[in-house]
Amino acid sequence: MKTATINTDTSTLSENGIQFPSKVMLDLHNLKKVYPTPKGDYVVLEDLNLQIMKEEFVTIIGHSGCGKTTMLSMIAGLNPISGGNIAVLGNPVKGPGPDRGVIFQAPSLMPWMTALENVLLGVNQVFPHASKKERKDIAKYYLHKVGLDGSFDKKAIALSQGMQQRVGIARAFAIKPKVLLLDEPFGMLDSLTRGELQDILIEIWNKEKITAVMITHDVDEAIFLADRVVMMTSGPSAKIGDILNIDFERPRTRKSVLEHDDYYKYRKHLIEFLEH
Amino acid sequence: MKQSITLNKITQLMGFGFLKPITALFTGKPQKEDIVNFLKKIIVPLLSILLFLGVWQGGSTALFNKEANFKIEKALADQGQAAADEMRACIASGEISCQPNTLPSPSQVWASFKTLLEDHKVISADKLAFKEKTAVMNEKRIAAGKEPITYTGRPSFVDQIFTSLKTVFAGFLLALVIAVPIGVVIGLSTTLRSSFNWLIQIFKPVSPVVWLLLVFMIVKTLTKDSNSDSAFIISFISVGLCSMWATLVNTAMGVSSVDKDYINVAKVLKLGPMQKVFKVILPSSLPLIFTGLRITLSVAWMVLIAIELLAQSPGLGSFVWEEFQNGAIDSNSKIIVAMFIIGIIGFLLDRIMLTIQNMVSFNKNEGV
Repeated sequence: MKTATINTDTSTLSENGIQFPSKVMLDLHNLKKVYPTPKGDYVVLEDLNLQIMKEEFVTIIGHSGCGKTTMLSMIAGLNPISGGNIAVLGNPVKGPGPDRGVIFQAPSLMPWMTALENVLLGVNQVFPHASKKERKDIAKYYLHKVGLDGSFDKKAIALSQGMQQRVGIARAFAIKPKVLLLDEPFGMLDSLTRGELQDILIEIWNKEKITAVMITHDVDEAIFLADRVVMMTSGPSAKIGDILNIDFERPRTRKSVLEHDDYYKYRKHLIEFLEH
Repeated sequence: MKQSITLNKITQLMGFGFLKPITALFTGKPQKEDIVNFLKKIIVPLLSILLFLGVWQGGSTALFNKEANFKIEKALADQGQAAADEMRACIASGEISCQPNTLPSPSQVWASFKTLLEDHKVISADKLAFKEKTAVMNEKRIAAGKEPITYTGRPSFVDQIFTSLKTVFAGFLLALVIAVPIGVVIGLSTTLRSSFNWLIQIFKPVSPVVWLLLVFMIVKTLTKDSNSDSAFIISFISVGLCSMWATLVNTAMGVSSVDKDYINVAKVLKLGPMQKVFKVILPSSLPLIFTGLRITLSVAWMVLIAIELLAQSPGLGSFVWEEFQNGAIDSNSKIIVAMFIIGIIGFLLDRIMLTIQNMVSFNKNEGV
């Protein structure tokens, strides 16, 4: 069980830049994002500070347009930083890279490739020295883990939205990233499929323990998956509003979570934050 | 049952979806809705063909009568009543020398079509005979290091069709080889795109005739000291240059408008520039590239006729022009035959491209 609070581990870098053993995986320091507009600068994020520990699963919740996705794409390196800094294990983020796997809101598979080829695209890139068979085995292993045993050679376009997102999950895990970034990955799915995919995600995550940051709109999803739920204030100049520790034991099942005494307490806390 | 499914799939893929009612009627048990479908999709279009032929027949009869009356009245005014009566009798008898020269009727066109086929048979037989006759002599000539004697007789209508197809494919390949690589390069770079845009915008609307003249100026000089077939070279290069713009513009557009999600995936995976182009950008722009190639082929076929006509290059274009100059009694109907053949071949070429386009397109809803 994790009782991660922000203050257990303050700094990853000393003054002279030597790195100390640290539990912090991802460090956002005074992060700022400004979009210039004809009417002057529009500040999306300001003074955003957040530290995410190794092997921690953090969900981020907040109103639409508050800058959650902006923050995530800045961590991914797809969106330039306007001020402050982001560091992964003490190394500042300078651009996108496979150490930060991303699961996008749309599955974003290459429609002309098969499921296997889509996963291999990343695996080939990250394990260039492995033999062809080894790389195939890695890709197949993760496709098996997301329950796509029979669909290796199906074209991505022939898969349902839910199956496509499963491939997206396999692709992200298969490149063994240090941090996994999930941008509302189940937002476009119906609630039944969403539940299935949450189970699959948490099952693989339990095994791999990759530090994960996930954006969601769904309060139940946020509680079920996370060690900590980060609540963001509404923009402009959004920052961290509140952080809620979810002290359920892992591995969790949906049933055990729903029946836990604290569940409705957490849920009430989150909804109250969102309603203000 | 399985057979009919695959048959339907093939016709669908080739854009011959309209044949589905027929295949449905003759494979498996016909249902009531199959019969209704058959009536709707086969009988009604057939009626439209009959209507077309009827209007054509009526129109050509009216034109024929007008031309005939004019001739009779002219004879009356110039030479008096006897000459007019003679002219009327001559026209009614179907005598070739006094037939009015106007739009031919469908039956005349059909007759000319058969004449052209007969003509082709005669010429082919002639060619074969010539080949047999000269076979021994040619062997000797080749052995002696001389050029073999080739058949120099008049080409038949069918030969002209194949010459035209050869020219159009040469032009199409030229367009493909030029336009696709340039389109990819331009599509990848905003700077190049904006700096070469003026060139594309200015040259795209230039008429085929002007392209022909430009190519003529250059090729004439380049082939001065070789005995290559410069008429063919000029016409296929002009066809290529006229028709390549659609492919160029579509390729550049396809490459520059690749889905941002795919680009983000490529960025996250840190794909190298080559991999990015060949694994992400090109496959995702293939449907648009093929749309461009399809337009290119149909434009190539359309301008080919005009270019052959002007470049004195053999083919359907010069066939039409020669018939027009010829002014024989069946020249007009031969021109109409050529018109139908040109249209049908253009349609078939378009269907072939559509089939290829549907095969490479990952999004099955694209391309109609």
